[in-house]
Amino acid sequence: MTKWLEENTPKLVLAPSFVIVLIFVYGFIAWTAWVSLTRSRLLPRYEIDGFIQYSRLFESPRWDTAFSNLFVFGFLFIVIAMILGLTLSILLDQNIRTEGAIRTIYLYPMALSMIVTGTAWKWILNPGLGLEATVRGWGFENFTFDWLVNPDMAIYTIVVAAIWQSSGFVMALFLAGLRSVDQEIIKAAQVDGIPTWRVYTAIIIPSMAPIFLSAFIVLSHLAIKSFDLVIALTGGGPGYATDLPATYMYAMAFSRGDIGQAASSAMVMMMVVFTIVVPYLYSELRSKND
Amino acid sequence: MKVQVLGAVSGLAVIAATAVSAEPQAEVLHYWTSGGEAKSVAVLQEEFAANGGTWTDMPVAGGGGDAAGTALRARVLAGNAPTAAQIKGPAIQEWYEEGVLADISAVAEANNWADVLPASIAGHMQCEGTWCAAPVNVHRVDWIWANAEVLAANGLEMPTSWDEFNAAAETLMAAGIIPLAHGGQAWQDATVFEAVALGILGAEGYKKAFVELDTDTLTSDEMIAVFDQMRTMRGFVDSNFSGRDWNLATAMVMNGEAAFQIMGDWAKGEFMAAGQVPGEDFLCASTPGDGFLYNVDSFAMFEVDGEEKQQGQALLAKLVVGQNFQEVFNLNKGSIPARTDVSLDAFDSCAILSAEDMAASNEGGSLLPSYAHGMALRGAQSGAITDVVTAHFNSDMSSEDAVKQLAAAIANSL
Repeated sequence: MTKWLEENTPKLVLAPSFVIVLIFVYGFIAWTAWVSLTRSRLLPRYEIDGFIQYSRLFESPRWDTAFSNLFVFGFLFIVIAMILGLTLSILLDQNIRTEGAIRTIYLYPMALSMIVTGTAWKWILNPGLGLEATVRGWGFENFTFDWLVNPDMAIYTIVVAAIWQSSGFVMALFLAGLRSVDQEIIKAAQVDGIPTWRVYTAIIIPSMAPIFLSAFIVLSHLAIKSFDLVIALTGGGPGYATDLPATYMYAMAFSRGDIGQAASSAMVMMMVVFTIVVPYLYSELRSKND
Repeated sequence: MKVQVLGAVSGLAVIAATAVSAEPQAEVLHYWTSGGEAKSVAVLQEEFAANGGTWTDMPVAGGGGDAAGTALRARVLAGNAPTAAQIKGPAIQEWYEEGVLADISAVAEANNWADVLPASIAGHMQCEGTWCAAPVNVHRVDWIWANAEVLAANGLEMPTSWDEFNAAAETLMAAGIIPLAHGGQAWQDATVFEAVALGILGAEGYKKAFVELDTDTLTSDEMIAVFDQMRTMRGFVDSNFSGRDWNLATAMVMNGEAAFQIMGDWAKGEFMAAGQVPGEDFLCASTPGDGFLYNVDSFAMFEVDGEEKQQGQALLAKLVVGQNFQEVFNLNKGSIPARTDVSLDAFDSCAILSAEDMAASNEGGSLLPSYAHGMALRGAQSGAITDVVTAHFNSDMSSEDAVKQLAAAIANSL
């Protein structure tokens, strides 16, 4: 009996969460995939009707905007947040006296919810209230900064707010990585008289590859599921210029009674996530097997 | 012995329980949660209680009814529909097609709904010939509001054609006043668009385009003219309009920063709440062109089990369309009664104008559903139109392209 328990306790303990995940994650993914193949409107229906929802999706100019916004936003957000985070962490790593205080200040935006970030930046970027009005108030009458109300530039305001929110977190990740690099190697390099920037580019940064990967995964899933920031900052506007797939899906499912469309857009979003996560999982699993 | 006593007692308890629950019950799902609206619903609750009913309130705030819609869907899918839910326009028929709405024809016929409601509004309350919903109020959407002082100071009157409106706007621009207070949210863009469309296409053309989705009308030169006028109006709003809420736009008219606003009669509530008097401080008129675009709130009745609930449903339907409730509720809400035989003595001049126009347009066949507020089309189609309208208004898209996109978007949404 004890032996049986010993062998099976882990399985027993894990079973409930396994079942829950199986139903509520994979079960509902399967359900969504099914519904995306039907002509569901207000309530889900279950008669399969081919890929009609997907062809509707890719014919919709609004989805086009939302989907390409995802790539613009995702690319800029991930790249800039990583560069900024890395720079900040390297600067903080120079044994400065007030490191603790500065680290907290940079990390603090992460403690705010996206809704707060979005609302604050909405006021800062509003041409009549924020930056533009302030600078004009100083006497620079021609100063214009109307990204928030300009349909071609509005998506970049979301990038700015998202970077402000997340780069401190990336900094903390990198800082932990920097600290974990073997000090012996660095000291040896310094003894050899190698300049500091070479130490960073040739030793420290390459040895932080796993941190880059984690930061990339965390940031890219933040980018793909971005929703609240858009709702708070622009509401998807002007027009639908700052729609992202998540806001598109919300509009279809909850405002328009078009569940089939919502399901198909959700499936496309999931496929985007898969194309990022699957290579990561693959490389992780392979390195374990080696 | 003891067992027998217990049996007798529990038997009594069962009898008592049935006696208590024989009174009408209604569980009502709605999204009237803001100040004036909540007060309006309380009127109905009191009346329901006064008639011996038990009211279970289920208010769901948020998202202009989106959250309530989600809650309703969950309840219906779980097989536990509320007695009545606040649903409007073609969504009523959409729910009917899901096979979950009840037939309240008995109440409607006993209370002569067909005679006291305007025909086109009565049409929204019927599902394949039976009555399935009860109307609460009529909001007029195609209003233009103005600051009386600003107009007088610039020697202007309320415009009666869109050309007059454009001319007045030019004058106001020259005087340094924002001609049109507007908030750049998709539904507000759509509200202005449908008013312009009604003016330029006329009642017949509006009906063809936004009720029947007639492709020829949607791609006609008149429709291009509608988008041209929208482009012109884009020049009359301030540069800071994106994302502004409608009540902030109303405030701009109130304090003289802007002259006009095109918005439904809920804007009147903002003026009145600020202590302004219609006809003196602010002016109301229908937007240029003939016709009347309505937005009717209603309660759809769901199929429920149990006599108490069915009685509650019947009582609710009767009270909602009753004269007393229609008067008191609409005085609170700023709209007008859906029935045409309610005394308007207590209403303000804008509401009286609205009621007169409703009666006149009902006879002239120009009493039309508002597309922007989900009265004319189902969600997918009206959403597709709004996408094009808001994309055009907020970019430099040409009117010809907009019309092409409009036709494509509607085809894609069907």
